[in-house]
Amino acid sequence: RTRKYATTTGQNISKVLIANRGEIACRVIRTAKKMGVQSVAVYSEADRNSMHVDMADEAYLIGPAPSQQSYLSMEKIIQVAKISAAQAIHPGYGFLSENMEFAELCKQEGIIFVGPPSSAIRDMGIKSTSKSIMAAAGVPVVEGYHGEDQSDQCLKEHARTIGYPVMIKAVRGGGGKGMRIIRSEKEFQEQLESARREAKKSFNDDAMLIEKFVDTPRHVEVQVFGDHHGNAVYLFERDCSVQRRHQKIIEEAPGPGIKPEVRKKLGEAAVRAAKAVNYVGAGTVEFIMDSKHNFYFMEMNTRLQVEHPVTEMITGTDLVEWQLRIAAGEKIPLSQEEITLRGHAFEARIYAEDPNNNFMPGAGPLVHLSTPRADLTTRIETGVRQGDEVSVHYDPMIAKLVVWAADRQAALTKLKYSLRQYNIVGLHTNIDFLVSLSSHPEFEAGNVHTDFIPQYRKELLPDRKSTAKEFLCQAALGLILKEKAVSDVFKIQTQDQYSPFASSSGRRLNICYSRNMTLRDGKNNVAIAVTYNRDGSYSMQIEDKTFHVLGDLCNEGDCTYLKSSVNGVASKTKLIILENTIYLFSMDGSIQIGIPVPRYLSSASSGETQGGAVAPMTGTIEKVFVKAGDRVKAGDSLMVMIAMKMEHTIKAPKDGTIKKVFYGEGSQANRHARLVEFEEEDSDKREAD
Amino acid sequence: ALRPCGRAAAPALRSYHGDSVASLGTPPDSSSAIYQENYEQMKALVNQLHERAQNIRLGGGEKARARHISRGKLLPRERVDNLIDPGSPFLELSQFAGYQLYGDEEVPAGGVITGIGRVSGIECMIVANDATVKGGSYYPVTVKKHLRAQEIAMQNRLPCIYLVDSGGANLPRQAEVFPDRDHFGRIFYNQAVMSSKGITQSGVSDYYALDDNHALHLARKIVRSLNYQKKMDVTTEPSEDPLFPADELYGIVGANLKRNFDVREVIARIVDGSRFNEFKALYGDTLVTGFARIFGYPIGIIGNNGVLFSESAKKGAHFIQLCCQRNIPLLFLQNITGFMVGRDYEAEGIAKDGAKMVTAVACANVPKITVIIGGSYGAGNYGMCGRAYSPRFLYLWPNARISVMGGEQAANVLATVAKDQRAREGKQFSSADEAALKEPIIKRFEEEGNPYYSSARLWDDGIIDPVDTRLVLGLSLSAALNAPIQKTNFGILRM
Repeated sequence: RTRKYATTTGQNISKVLIANRGEIACRVIRTAKKMGVQSVAVYSEADRNSMHVDMADEAYLIGPAPSQQSYLSMEKIIQVAKISAAQAIHPGYGFLSENMEFAELCKQEGIIFVGPPSSAIRDMGIKSTSKSIMAAAGVPVVEGYHGEDQSDQCLKEHARTIGYPVMIKAVRGGGGKGMRIIRSEKEFQEQLESARREAKKSFNDDAMLIEKFVDTPRHVEVQVFGDHHGNAVYLFERDCSVQRRHQKIIEEAPGPGIKPEVRKKLGEAAVRAAKAVNYVGAGTVEFIMDSKHNFYFMEMNTRLQVEHPVTEMITGTDLVEWQLRIAAGEKIPLSQEEITLRGHAFEARIYAEDPNNNFMPGAGPLVHLSTPRADLTTRIETGVRQGDEVSVHYDPMIAKLVVWAADRQAALTKLKYSLRQYNIVGLHTNIDFLVSLSSHPEFEAGNVHTDFIPQYRKELLPDRKSTAKEFLCQAALGLILKEKAVSDVFKIQTQDQYSPFASSSGRRLNICYSRNMTLRDGKNNVAIAVTYNRDGSYSMQIEDKTFHVLGDLCNEGDCTYLKSSVNGVASKTKLIILENTIYLFSMDGSIQIGIPVPRYLSSASSGETQGGAVAPMTGTIEKVFVKAGDRVKAGDSLMVMIAMKMEHTIKAPKDGTIKKVFYGEGSQANRHARLVEFEEEDSDKREAD
Repeated sequence: ALRPCGRAAAPALRSYHGDSVASLGTPPDSSSAIYQENYEQMKALVNQLHERAQNIRLGGGEKARARHISRGKLLPRERVDNLIDPGSPFLELSQFAGYQLYGDEEVPAGGVITGIGRVSGIECMIVANDATVKGGSYYPVTVKKHLRAQEIAMQNRLPCIYLVDSGGANLPRQAEVFPDRDHFGRIFYNQAVMSSKGITQSGVSDYYALDDNHALHLARKIVRSLNYQKKMDVTTEPSEDPLFPADELYGIVGANLKRNFDVREVIARIVDGSRFNEFKALYGDTLVTGFARIFGYPIGIIGNNGVLFSESAKKGAHFIQLCCQRNIPLLFLQNITGFMVGRDYEAEGIAKDGAKMVTAVACANVPKITVIIGGSYGAGNYGMCGRAYSPRFLYLWPNARISVMGGEQAANVLATVAKDQRAREGKQFSSADEAALKEPIIKRFEEEGNPYYSSARLWDDGIIDPVDTRLVLGLSLSAALNAPIQKTNFGILRM
């Protein structure tokens, strides 16, 4: 079916500005290219070399790294739209996507804002307003109090009426800030005050609302679209229950275990909600669902969601294309009857974060990045490439991996398989966590709810087990073969190409060459006695077990693979050796093995080896508590650092005297940078002798 | 007129054979009794070699090693391993120095480990004292081994790295290690002289190291900063394995020196692709000469297929001249009882022709490498580049025997002398007398002609497993080609 792109009533869009960055900017540009619409990117100084800038037909610098001065600067973006003669602005998600003033400003400037009218943004942006509108439109809502009277007494009474447990939430809240669950009246006062303080700090508004708290709830949301002609449709639901830090990490469509009748009811409720605010464009109506599949309206997101691809995959649509068409004044491309659900899709969000450290967000270089191959049923939605950096200034999401298959089990199998092929070195990621999450029996059974991660934390984040000896053999082999590659460098520098001295056969006269290697498995050193056999294989002894090991390296694309055989079991593993770590990626999982650094090479960073005061991530030094000459005790606070919008207190790793402080307040420290130096103590000296 | 060829030789099927060389060697009849006996006997000798080397590898006694390690020091072989490029081969020299040389006093490897290894891509001579052997003190054989290592370094222009851990001269034997020219003092003389010739010698306390590994790390960095480039005077070609398994040498050669074998079968199991371009194959055929490559390096091979006649000697001298003209290193595969003797041969000029070959061998300035793969007797040892002819390297197979003549032959000569003397004195010389005279002589020759007896005294550079011959030659050639090949000026070749 071919459609005329611009309707007679609408405006033509031949050039669109994307007021965003990262994967969503790339996503929008891709569709724009497909439609023959020129794309205009904007970028901050930190994003000068980023992927969305490369992909766009034009790109404009709009300011320094902090979003406030770049991606959130409405004037600059409008100015670029005018200079570049873009007829429309696609805001992506985050940044200005749900900013009423910006939508209004676009309208005034005669630029199409690809999104709903500002009134809808406003109405849906205030939770209490949105709920009353929805209740009036016949959409089920959670019982609650959304009143003006904010006195302690009034709030407490309403809480009692609704019945404990209740949830109090900042009216202007989001992202879990200013939100508390109160299980009984006696903790009410304390929790209320705490929520208010946080809300005041975060949103400069401490007005609270109270809601019935639904235990082990599911987070189910419905994709809706409205057009300028009064039509609205739904594209079925997504389940986004599994969250950490109140943020989604794995989403799927359709929701597991939801019957067609419930699905229809959900969809129709969502369409009613959209129509209630004359909704135009892409929107998401979020519901909370209890174990009996009763659902209640939570809020409406007036933008394209991060997880929109799962809906695209099960409906065979391009929602960005729909957005642009509708913004141009067209009708919704498909009628409700024409929208069909096919198969099952998952999206896993790959973040720069450390699941073992409370999912602390990270930043840093993507030293190695390789992904599964993209195809019709596997999508890699990303805005970064190998060598790029995950910036401290923005969201630490690296990519979204989206897979589709005919049913949920098949899609889940494919998700796990694809996650194994998503390999990143350079910073902590949640990939292994996503694998264990998607492998969890309860997840496989579809028994998801918002407390899933806290409930199964122990199983999802098991303590580090010691690495199987077979993998240690692979790591040792990888190291030996890499050494060989280093020796080969000497060879190619000479005209003497075939000398047997250049081989790495370890040959000795009349005796066998054995060497003792030490690898670091977690916190333990493992001794491996490696004997070089005449036939080019190795005998590796770990404790009382001996393995027969052979193999070689091969390159495919940018990646090096270790093809190895350990006691006759052959395997192909992606191998990366960076600095002092060996990374092995295979279908069995990802393994990191350390290479102990000899003392003569590590002496320069002795602070670090003694668990010294180093920056946990790149950030800004907020406060410095010590100066040279100060005596400190282990655990004393030395500095406070702000990174990824969080405070980190740097503590003294040991008792001692400060010799030097390397950073002043306001200065920027890179990850792993030494922050202070200690005077050398007698005990250290003894150790060094 | 040409007769039409019976076979269809369509022009399209013709290929260019100009560069190809017919491969050498034939598969042995491995089921034959002789092959199997040979194989077992040689294998037994090789096993003995490996066992003995394994003991030498340990160095000093267990106590001495434990004390050494407890001081945070690496054992000397670990030092060498960590000094050379990771996993690269090490061409150890004179492994059996001092073997059963000092009665009950064991001096494994002569108390010092020497050999050639690559450090940061550069072939270096490494001399590492073993402090677990009598505190690393210098026995006479230690001095001799150290000086031999320096001689090899000097001849082949190899930078020297000394891993010093020694108490100095062995005092009870000071007279055998101190006063003479080739004694302890010569070590430092050599260092000075080599340095003057631009051959790097390791310094002393220019760098401060925290421990052994740090010191070795620094040494590697120093070598890297030498700005050294190996410039070879030869062409190289891609290396190719021989067509036949090397262990067939066991079954072909065996341990019985009286058994003949074709040296071409040995060559076929050593050279690249078993390709051998034989020179004058039909002339003087007791000496096999020809060109081949080992690990891509060109080599001229001279091997024995019997006693040397005038023709063989002349052919040998001619071939050596060719190799010197062309800068091609020479390999001598020795299995020789000597030059032909007898009045007729002497009248024909065997002495003169033998002298041609000996002169050519002596004067040849291309790198010479000798492997004794069987017997090495009398003037044959000279003509085939024995120790006295300063080959860059000389190795023995475990079945080798070296002496002025065979034990039995020597016993016969002495018995004849004794018999004649008795006859002059009018005395009887019974067969029992003869046997009593011969037995200790045969025994002594057998003992002194043994490869371990030779190696213990540094008469060679090591005993090698026949299977390793190709590798050892490749490593030796690689090392030898560090020195520019000097023009040869032959002396007067007697005509």
